[in-house]
Order: sequence, then C-alpha cells, then structure tokens
Amino acid sequence: MFGKMFSPEVLKPQIRELKLSIYLLNKNKLTRLSMITVILLIAFAILAPFIAPYPSHIYGIANPQDKLLPPSAKYIFGTDELGRDVFSRVLYGTRISLQTAILAVGLALLIGIPLGAIAGATGGYVDEIIMRITDIFLSFPPLLLAIAIAAFLGPNLQNAMLAIAISWWPWYTRLVRGQAVSIRERQFVKAAKAIGTPHFKIVFGHIVPNCIAPVIVQASMDLGGVILTAASLSFLGLGAQPPTPEWGLMVSTSRNYFLNAWWYSFFPGIAIFITVLAFNLLGDGLREIMDPKTRKY
Amino acid sequence: MDNYFEIKDLKVGFKTFEGIKKVLDLEFLSICKGETFGLVGESGSGKSVLALTILGLLPIPPGIIESGQILYGGEDLLKKREEEMRKIRGKKISMIFQDPMSTLNPVFTVGEQIIRVIRNNEGINRKQAEKKALEMIELVKLPDAKNILIKYPHELSGGQRQRIIIAIALSCGAEFLIADEPTRNLDVTIQAGILKLIAELKKELKVTVLFIANNLGLVSAVCNRVGILHEGRIVETGTVKEVIKDPKHPYTVTLLKAIPANREEKIDLSRILLRRENGQETGGCRYFDRCPERSGQCSKSSPSLTPVDGSHLVACFKAFERSGINEQTAS
Repeated sequence: MFGKMFSPEVLKPQIRELKLSIYLLNKNKLTRLSMITVILLIAFAILAPFIAPYPSHIYGIANPQDKLLPPSAKYIFGTDELGRDVFSRVLYGTRISLQTAILAVGLALLIGIPLGAIAGATGGYVDEIIMRITDIFLSFPPLLLAIAIAAFLGPNLQNAMLAIAISWWPWYTRLVRGQAVSIRERQFVKAAKAIGTPHFKIVFGHIVPNCIAPVIVQASMDLGGVILTAASLSFLGLGAQPPTPEWGLMVSTSRNYFLNAWWYSFFPGIAIFITVLAFNLLGDGLREIMDPKTRKY
Repeated sequence: MDNYFEIKDLKVGFKTFEGIKKVLDLEFLSICKGETFGLVGESGSGKSVLALTILGLLPIPPGIIESGQILYGGEDLLKKREEEMRKIRGKKISMIFQDPMSTLNPVFTVGEQIIRVIRNNEGINRKQAEKKALEMIELVKLPDAKNILIKYPHELSGGQRQRIIIAIALSCGAEFLIADEPTRNLDVTIQAGILKLIAELKKELKVTVLFIANNLGLVSAVCNRVGILHEGRIVETGTVKEVIKDPKHPYTVTLLKAIPANREEKIDLSRILLRRENGQETGGCRYFDRCPERSGQCSKSSPSLTPVDGSHLVACFKAFERSGINEQTAS
C-alpha cells in the first residue's frame, strides 16, 4: 500500500539499521543469551517432529510397560503415566506454545494498533468511543477475562488463543493511542496535511510507523506473558485438550504423580520458565536499543 | 493587476474562557500571479494563523472564522468542503513550515517521503516516482541527489532539510507557495542560500509566493510587495521600495529602526516592547498604546486601509494628515 517494494538503493539504510540492531543486541550479555535461547526455541519448534527421539509418542498411543520411568539414557526426561517420552513431548510443546503466543499477540496487535492509532489521531468522539470500550476491557484482570471467554467459547487451543487476544488488545490500543496523540501534534503531520495527504494515509503512513517501537518492545515481552497465560488456561482445562503435548496441560496432568515422578512436572515447568524468561529479557534488550538514551554503544 | 489571490474582510478569532479573542482582522489583501508578497509582523500578530486559515488547517473548535472571503482563482476557499480543500492542498497551494528540523517524518528516508508524496498525487509507478524525486532534489540544488535519497532526516543538516521540504512542497506542482518563516532556526549563511533558492525557483517554475517573516530586512531582499501586519491588521502595504524608503505608518518606522545595524544613534526600543496587556477592544487604533504620534482621534476610531500614493496603502490618521487625505474611518 505504501510502496514496500524497495529498490536496492532505498533498501540500503534499512540493512544498515538492521546490522546496527544486531550489533547492539550482541553488546549486552543477557540480551545475547536471551536471543540465542529464543533462536534455539524457534529452531526446536520448527524441527520438533524431526529431532524428537520418539515422534510417535507426541500425540501417540500408550505403551504402559514403560510408564513413569525416571530419566535415563533411553528417555532423558523420563516418561509419563502412559509411558510416553516426556522429552519428545516437551520438545513438541515448544511448537505449540510459540504458535499460540505469536498468533495471539499478532491478533491482539492487529486489533490494538489500528484502533489506538485511529483514536489518537482522530480525537473527538471517535477517540472517546474507542477508548471507553477499551477501558471496559481493561477493567477486568486479563487472566480472568481470558478464562471467562475461553470458558464461554468452549475449551480448545484455538479458543484459548482467541480469548487471550481479546483480553490483550486493549493494552496495545492504549499504548498506541498515547503515542499517536503526541505524534499528531508533530510538525511533519501538519506538513503532510498541508500537502493534501488523506487522513487515512496520515494515520497509517505517518503516525503508526512512528509509534511502532514501544509496541515491538511491549509485544516481545508479552510473548512470554501470553505463553504463561496459555499454559495457565490449559492447566485449568480451558485450553489445549489431551493428548496435545501442551506444557500447561502436562503440568496439570502430572500433579497426580508429582510425589513419585518429579520429572513429569519438572521438565515442562522448566520449559515454561526458560521460554518466558528468554522473551522478557529479549524485550528488555529491545527496549534498550530502541531508546537511544539507554543505548550503550 | 489581475486578482489571482484576494482576501476580503477576513475575521478570525479564538474562543477562550474570556470570550472570543480576535486574532485576524484583514480588510484587504491581494497577491498577483507570479509575485512574491512578504507579510511581516511581530510574533503573535497572526501570521501563521493566516497561513493555516488559507489552507483550511486552522483547528476549528478553538478557532472561529467569523466572516470574510479568501478568493483563489475566483473561488472562495472558506466555502469549500474538506474533501475539496484536500485536493487543493499540495496540488495548488503548498506550504513550507517554520521549523525544518521537525517537518520531516523521522522514521522514513527522505527519498521515501518524496516518492510517497509524488505517488500520492500522480498515479505513476515507483520507478518513475524515484526518477522524479531525483529531479526534484536536483531542482533544489542539492548535490549528490542519489545519496541524499537514502538518508534519514536526522542525517541531514538544517539547510539540506529545508531544501528537501521545499522539494516536497513543490513536487506536486503547486503554483502558490506559502512560506511560513522558512529560514527560522537557520544560520545566516544558510538563510541566504534558502532565500536565493526560493527566488530562483520562483523564476523557473513561475510560482507565486506568500512569504511570511518577522524580519523586514529579509522580506525586502526577496519580495516585490510587502504587507505589515500588526495585531491581525495590515497597517501598511505597498511595493518594497515604497514601504522601506518611505514608511508612512509609525509602526513600520519603528520596525525599520529596530533592525540591528551598524549605526551611531541609539535606538529607543521602549515603544516597540510595549504590549497591550489584555487586548481588549477599545474601538480605537490598535497601535494606540505604543504609538509615538498618537492623538485624541486615534483612541476613538480605527483608521482603514487607504491608498496614499499609487499602490501604497496605509491605515493611520497621522499618515492621512501628512498626505493630505480626508479622514476616513472604519468602525
């Protein structure tokens, strides 16, 4: 719409900017660690069915002769109550968690950003109406709202995703609106008006690109939070249903065997912990490089 | 003199908690095709409000257009709907803003911004628009156009940015350019460069320019005619020669004296620093409090713009007296 087909000359600064970002991300040890973890998680998510030692165990049938075995050379994370390899299932769980998180956050962004930008840039009644609706959503605790919506829609993974997106978008709307209000008063927006740019193009061509930086930071931190929320919903039985190898669901099932089989709840739990931590640290790192004032060259 | 652009009896105000504050009260202003008209006034005299009103960009809830006409090519811009105005902005009337530092969008390369404006107004593909953008950058005399195209605004100097802004303003083929203090925040050398550029572009593209400034010296260098704006009223207008060589209005005289220059006599700035505190309407001349030549009549009624000498118009009773004109009063 805005001519994203860049010819090489116009593309060059973007490449330079990307190189600078990667350089800055590498500067901070914690950020680098989190970035490597996230890249590994993405690799696991993509390759899970191929590198899992027992692919048939992922959704698979029970083999009771191997049930609840402790970690060993054969099953490095042990087995669950149906004799399935926990390692294979945790590995595949990465794919499910990342998929859920990215889709939920993406959907929330898709709703939140345009609404916030329109509200902030237009002002008046439009702003008032959009923001009051947003306030209604914000007045519920997000997890509670997600639980209510998931329960209403019926328990499965897609509905959990939808529920998370619905409870999450108002935060982006508010963030973007705040930015948009200040950017609306900037000279370049007035200049764009003075040369006859239509309102729609001012909102999405000038205002949105200028308030995207804090949204990216927020979204990358939220990925962790959304993974946690999705796991919570599954734990409560409102998200993924068995035999889906979802981390929250695995932890939930393992509660019954917790005293004799620590590995069953420990490894999915650790997977949730590492993933959420990695995304939060990455978000922190991104904030540092997006804001030139906290940048350390 | 054809009536290319005319303002008649324009009254603009702002709604405040103390009632309506009058900002502009223009009796008459006309600009001929191809000329550069300079509008000079101190800050707060309504220069920028006028520019915004012409383009229909004045925020209307606080702002009120009480009456008047802005005639452009025979059509009243104030009667146009927003959609029609949008088509005039950029294509017919374009504007250069005060501050080159903040007029460009910081997240896009300048090339992207010029290309977008061109594509917005002409239905041409990206390659053609890129070519046109290069031409526009060369037109505003920036060397190494290809390299400039891929720069972000913060990588350019103030002068370079102002040239880019001029390029953008002209890239849709506007024939009437409003330059609202285009050399503010620029140092003197760059100022001279920008002024020269505007003069050259005017010759090349035959655009009409409304040049807004707060510096009479600047205006006399580039303009054909000037208007002196004081508290929303034009108090004197004429060709540059007439106004600078033979100022009739006491305000113009003070303004000319206030230009810092190498001179022996000390200037008395106490008068020009005086301000009307609350700006209430007394019915008299708005310059009364600060005028060194005021008399009883000036506090009672307000003089209207009257020709004293050819194209030289002035609004001052004292000036009328001196030129032997019968007193003319306006409400």
